Amino acid sequence: MVDLRTEIAGVKLRNPTMLASGFLDETGGSMARVYQAGAGAVVTKSVGPEPREGYPNPTIVELDAGLLNAVGLPNPGIVEYEHEVKRALAADAVVIGSVYGKDADEYAQVAARMATYGVKAIELNLSCPHAKGLGTEIAQHEDAVRDFTRAVKDVVDLPVFPKLSPNVQDIVTFAIAAEEGGADGIVAINTLKAMAITPELKMPSLANRYGGLSGPAIRPIGVRAVYDICEKVHIPVVGVGGIGSGRDALEYIMAGATAVQVGTAIISKGLGIFDEIAKEMASLLEEAGFGSVPEAIGVAHA
Amino acid sequence: MPRIQVVPLLEIVRETPSTTTYRFRADFAEQPGQFLMVWIPRYDELPMALSYLGGVKGITVRDYGDATHALAAFNAGDRIGVRGPYGNAFRLVGERILAVGGGSGMASMIAAIEAFAQQGARVVTAVGAKTAEELLFVDRANASGEVHIATDDGSRGFHGFAPPLAEKLMDREAFDQILTCGPERMMKAVVDLARKRSVPVQASLERYMKCGIGICDACSLDTKLVCWDGPIFTAEQLDGSEDFGRFRRDKSGRRVPV
Repeated sequence: MVDLRTEIAGVKLRNPTMLASGFLDETGGSMARVYQAGAGAVVTKSVGPEPREGYPNPTIVELDAGLLNAVGLPNPGIVEYEHEVKRALAADAVVIGSVYGKDADEYAQVAARMATYGVKAIELNLSCPHAKGLGTEIAQHEDAVRDFTRAVKDVVDLPVFPKLSPNVQDIVTFAIAAEEGGADGIVAINTLKAMAITPELKMPSLANRYGGLSGPAIRPIGVRAVYDICEKVHIPVVGVGGIGSGRDALEYIMAGATAVQVGTAIISKGLGIFDEIAKEMASLLEEAGFGSVPEAIGVAHA
Repeated sequence: MPRIQVVPLLEIVRETPSTTTYRFRADFAEQPGQFLMVWIPRYDELPMALSYLGGVKGITVRDYGDATHALAAFNAGDRIGVRGPYGNAFRLVGERILAVGGGSGMASMIAAIEAFAQQGARVVTAVGAKTAEELLFVDRANASGEVHIATDDGSRGFHGFAPPLAEKLMDREAFDQILTCGPERMMKAVVDLARKRSVPVQASLERYMKCGIGICDACSLDTKLVCWDGPIFTAEQLDGSEDFGRFRRDKSGRRVPV
């Protein structure tokens, strides 16, 4: 039997699947449910210093290729969010707190507060492609990624995982900047900036016009990003983008990822997806002669 | 995945001073109690129950905010976007049905009331509204069985809310299934009455939603989602709920009173 346990920067996971930020993670009740359904960890909604309503609807468009969204980072603010984290922790969930802010100071403040709630690591949302004026947009420069990461590392004693955007010239230079800033791991990739138009109405389908594309269409882009990042950095990588099966997850693992995140596939496959991915990974790893997940990490580079 | 369909409005019917029905054709099959995400272009996209099923479908909408107010000015031929249907349906089990509707909540139940009648069940409907002129779908409910009316101001029928009227009806005859949709505190009262008498109950809940498909978590009810697990819940599912009848989430995800 293949051992599915894995560890990323000291965070122990019962299996390599995590809930990706932005899905069913605004409330503690839902995060508890996702963990109980089989996820190895849950990443929270990206939380900022103040409550935020997000964009007006329509905020999502279902496409054959995946999902386009511009939900706009709604969240109850870091102060109220404590209840949600505590509720998820009460169900024994492994929780990773995702944070955003408008500058390095805000990232640090929100992360410091999140760290006191009992999360196992901090994920930095440096890459939401549709939130104006926030650090998520500002982090289009390597310097900002380095500075934000460093500012957060200075104030928390937890592992810090910047989540990077694919909407840049070369994501690898951003991964290097994150490592220089002291990141303990990297999450790649966030959604791709995209648009859908409704021809019958002659207008963009999202109220925000632009959104982020997720789902099967972006998996090859994510796999490529993780592969390239792993060639250049020495910290672990969490792969995310279009994973809907154990085979998909193994692509990322063999590209060098230590763990994976799953979001869009939940819509079509339900919460059983985490267990399904874990089981399929185990059987594929066994067929390939691996005894554990770590043995398979990065083997495609050979 | 279901895709959005842009459809012209075929007919617009003012049902009460505050509620209007919009009829349209769309290419999907639905069941009583399911809902759609309805795009009112340039304004919003909102979850709405189907009040008419079949070839010419319909939604019946209370004018309560900017988007629904904008929709109220739409004319036949104007287009809306619809995606769905989403959520579960009323289970059409039982021979003696009590339906308790409050205000625009009747819009979610009327298709089930008609479906129950069509399969031969006796359907008694208790319809509540603020005033006589706000009573919704009394004629349709009448055509499917017996109707009893309650108004908050006493302008027609029982003077008071729907739950005490429903309780009188429960005292008068035995029902084997209760349906309810309306203001959540009203539903809470109906669910409690049904539970006390050990009669199965199905309550159709309403929550703010961004996605309707299990992403945004805005319709969270304890560990359940109204879009996925609902909108129709049984008393057993609502047992021990900290949110039902008490809290909902606002647009930022904060827990606020219903």
